[in-house]
Amino acid sequence: MKRILLIVFLLAASLLSACSPKGPVTLTVMTHDSFAASQSVITAFEQANNVKVVFLKSGDAGAALNKAILSKDAPLADVFYGVDNTFLSRALAAGIYEPYASPLLAKIPAGFQLDPQNSALPVDYGDICINYDKAFFAAHNLPFPATLEDLVKPEYKGLLVVENPATSSPGLAFLLATVVHFGETGYLDYWRSLRLNGVVVVDGWETAYYTNFSGSSGHGPQPLVVSYSSSPAAEVIYATSPLTDAPTASILGPDTCFRQIEFVGILKGTSHLALAQKFVDFMLSQPFQEDIPLQMFMYPVNTDASLPQEFTQYAQTAPHPATLDPTVIAANRDKWIADWTAAVLH
Amino acid sequence: MPIYHEVARTKGNTKFRAFVSSWLRPVLPWLGISIFLGLFFFYPLARILWLGLNPVALKTLDLASTLLAFHSLLFTFYQAALSTILTLVLGLPAAFLFARYAFRGKSLLRVLTAIPFMLPTVVVAAGFNALLGPRGWVNLGLMDLFHLQSAPISFVGTLGVILLAHVFYNTTIVIRLVGNALSHLDPRLEQAARTLGADPPRVLSHLTLPLLRPSILAASVLIFIFDFTSFGVILLLGGPGFSTLEVEIYKQAVQIFNLPLAGLLSLIQLLCTLVFSILYSRIVRRSVVTSAPRAAEANLHEAHAIREKLFVAGMVLLLLALFLLPLISLPLRSLVRLEADRGERGQVRYGITGDYYAELFINRNDSLFYVPPFDAIGNSLSYAALTVVLSLALGFPVASALARPGRLERLLDPFLMLPLGASAVTLGLGFIVAFNKPPLRLVTSPLLVPLAHTLIALPFVIRSLQPALASIPDRLRQAAASLGASPPRVWFTVDWPIVMRATLSAAVFAFTVSLGEFGATSLVVRPEYPTLPIAIARFLSQPGGMNYGQAMAMATVLMVVCGIGILLIERLRLPGAGEF
Repeated sequence: MKRILLIVFLLAASLLSACSPKGPVTLTVMTHDSFAASQSVITAFEQANNVKVVFLKSGDAGAALNKAILSKDAPLADVFYGVDNTFLSRALAAGIYEPYASPLLAKIPAGFQLDPQNSALPVDYGDICINYDKAFFAAHNLPFPATLEDLVKPEYKGLLVVENPATSSPGLAFLLATVVHFGETGYLDYWRSLRLNGVVVVDGWETAYYTNFSGSSGHGPQPLVVSYSSSPAAEVIYATSPLTDAPTASILGPDTCFRQIEFVGILKGTSHLALAQKFVDFMLSQPFQEDIPLQMFMYPVNTDASLPQEFTQYAQTAPHPATLDPTVIAANRDKWIADWTAAVLH
Repeated sequence: MPIYHEVARTKGNTKFRAFVSSWLRPVLPWLGISIFLGLFFFYPLARILWLGLNPVALKTLDLASTLLAFHSLLFTFYQAALSTILTLVLGLPAAFLFARYAFRGKSLLRVLTAIPFMLPTVVVAAGFNALLGPRGWVNLGLMDLFHLQSAPISFVGTLGVILLAHVFYNTTIVIRLVGNALSHLDPRLEQAARTLGADPPRVLSHLTLPLLRPSILAASVLIFIFDFTSFGVILLLGGPGFSTLEVEIYKQAVQIFNLPLAGLLSLIQLLCTLVFSILYSRIVRRSVVTSAPRAAEANLHEAHAIREKLFVAGMVLLLLALFLLPLISLPLRSLVRLEADRGERGQVRYGITGDYYAELFINRNDSLFYVPPFDAIGNSLSYAALTVVLSLALGFPVASALARPGRLERLLDPFLMLPLGASAVTLGLGFIVAFNKPPLRLVTSPLLVPLAHTLIALPFVIRSLQPALASIPDRLRQAAASLGASPPRVWFTVDWPIVMRATLSAAVFAFTVSLGEFGATSLVVRPEYPTLPIAIARFLSQPGGMNYGQAMAMATVLMVVCGIGILLIERLRLPGAGEF
């Protein structure tokens, strides 16, 4: 018994000591759960600036943002990464950011710079597209659907799985793509036809991709899934045995993809403003930008950054992605989701 | 006047003693838990609820969306009631099996039934899908057998799969709480009833079940509240067609950021929990029967009659089917490579591989958040050990007090269940509001994980200790004392053997709750010290066969660690146990 107590005490002590600050200065970066980076890239920044960078993962994109907003009077971090264009207006309206016009913005196309005040600076982007299982369509001698309109045709009945926009960000992105394409007056009719054509709705990306999609490890029943245009590259990189070609591909028709852009910003009230600015510069600079694809499966916004070979070979970005002004999204998202729920689920 | 002085002092002393015994003593056992729950539960909860429910914020509440969210209330009740009944239907015979019969492989089967309780929903969903999903074994088998084009059984996304998953998760609560009580019942009571001419069904309905009422009620209320606040099962297995209050709270708090509505729904969920616990306390108070408890071994025997043998064999098969089939698919999948024909797949080929396990040890892409498997195991076990110690230290005094309830106990009892009724999202946001400033800047502390786990484990710890402690009759203690035993000796010979078993059972609950908790953990954990469930979720968040395989491998590791942990805790033979 005594020994158990001793072990527990030691564990508690080690946990406690682990949270005491180490090194000269600590810069805290709050992110969503999907954030990832290479050890070597972050270490290079730490050594160059004599700083320890601590990351706080704070739940999914929505949960992390809400935490940042609720703690804005005494911010938990110096920098906050992970707000995307569907949540951008909520972040800007809450006034959590300290504006910073990074010199590296010059390297970033104006189309990504959605906040003229530069409170939130673009870091990466990705296209949420329908992925298809190549083998299924080859085996059934069926051309893959090229447009949103194709998906309501009888030959594709019951073949598509999508995520619920009320609980999943890819789901919301695909809903927004249909709003862009069919307009506010037409998108619900489109979804009603999709429903008649047997669209399968699940709550999260994991279920859609790993359980329902036939082109992934789950070998589910649906050969069409809402995922990212980079997913085919991930299928090659994380294959169980080396592949010469991706088993899946994205449908890159007009408005079949919605472009998601993710932002970084300095949290108001930081006591390390200069360091925080350096970190933002670092996130927009070439070393970090080139690290993004293989770590987060998103695309760098910096035009100097080159893509890894897996991306150029197996993945494509959409030539004509659907986009929407963040203020329009913010003003309508709850209503669109509610109307969608009534039309598709009830 | 020395004598007068002396008298006065004695008088003062008696007064003080009277004060101590009448006021302080009843309060003392509640001290630790009150501070703990007050600081880490009620305070953050009050802060976040006030943020949503203050008069200014409430004005933004619109009727339409409120009414829509309330739709889920009815379904929440309905599925929780159905799930609880079904869990009891399976759990009571299972508890009977474990408490009364000795058979080979019993302790392994017991561990098997406890493992689901700590498995994260992502993993359980993967298991059920591998078994019953559109491309699960059952459907593939049927398609093969009858040459069907599509899956004949569509089970995922129905009410049935929600109920099945709830039974799968919670049967262990019945087995532990009711089985524990059953194994301590005095067998002579039943023997006497039989001698007096009662047939077995009559003994069961007039004697055994009434004696077990407190533990059955305790199990039922825990299961009901657990199902009432169900989240992962609904999202991952039920799908978007079903929604509970907890799911609505998540949507309102995280996706829509409508704090007034999220607060209102959280409050309703808490009030419902409170009402259930009050009802429970009322009923249970009227039905506590103390009896001379026996060592569990005294109740055990092997099945002799054919009817008994059939019962044992049938129950074992049923439990194996329900618990082993969905679970076994995970370790199997972690060893199988499904290979496609180079991109343009015609046929899927199968092969055995250890690659996924080997890959767990390699940080292939130099990731900052890579965690070696043994570190994840170490993190999980550290959190679990702290949770066990903390929840036992806080729960034990309260459970002892509740065993002999006074007015204070009756008043406070229902509040102990509230942590089970609070949604993880609401409490997580409450922590941010309450603990983001010094002196209580705890938001970034790794200690938050065991604290959060303790909150969830406490109701289980208290409810598994309390019925056992209450069943010890005072006359046994009085008899021991009148025979000359000192109070510590009385406690050690009378209370300890019963207390020990109940404590081990409570420890297993705390251990499994901590090992498997995901929702609250993902909101407070530091990325450098992830638990096993967090590591699994990381693998499942990116596409690719290797990620999926590693998630299954990690899930298998979690199951093995949990199984070994439970076996070790149950094997702890502390001095004095089993000697009476």
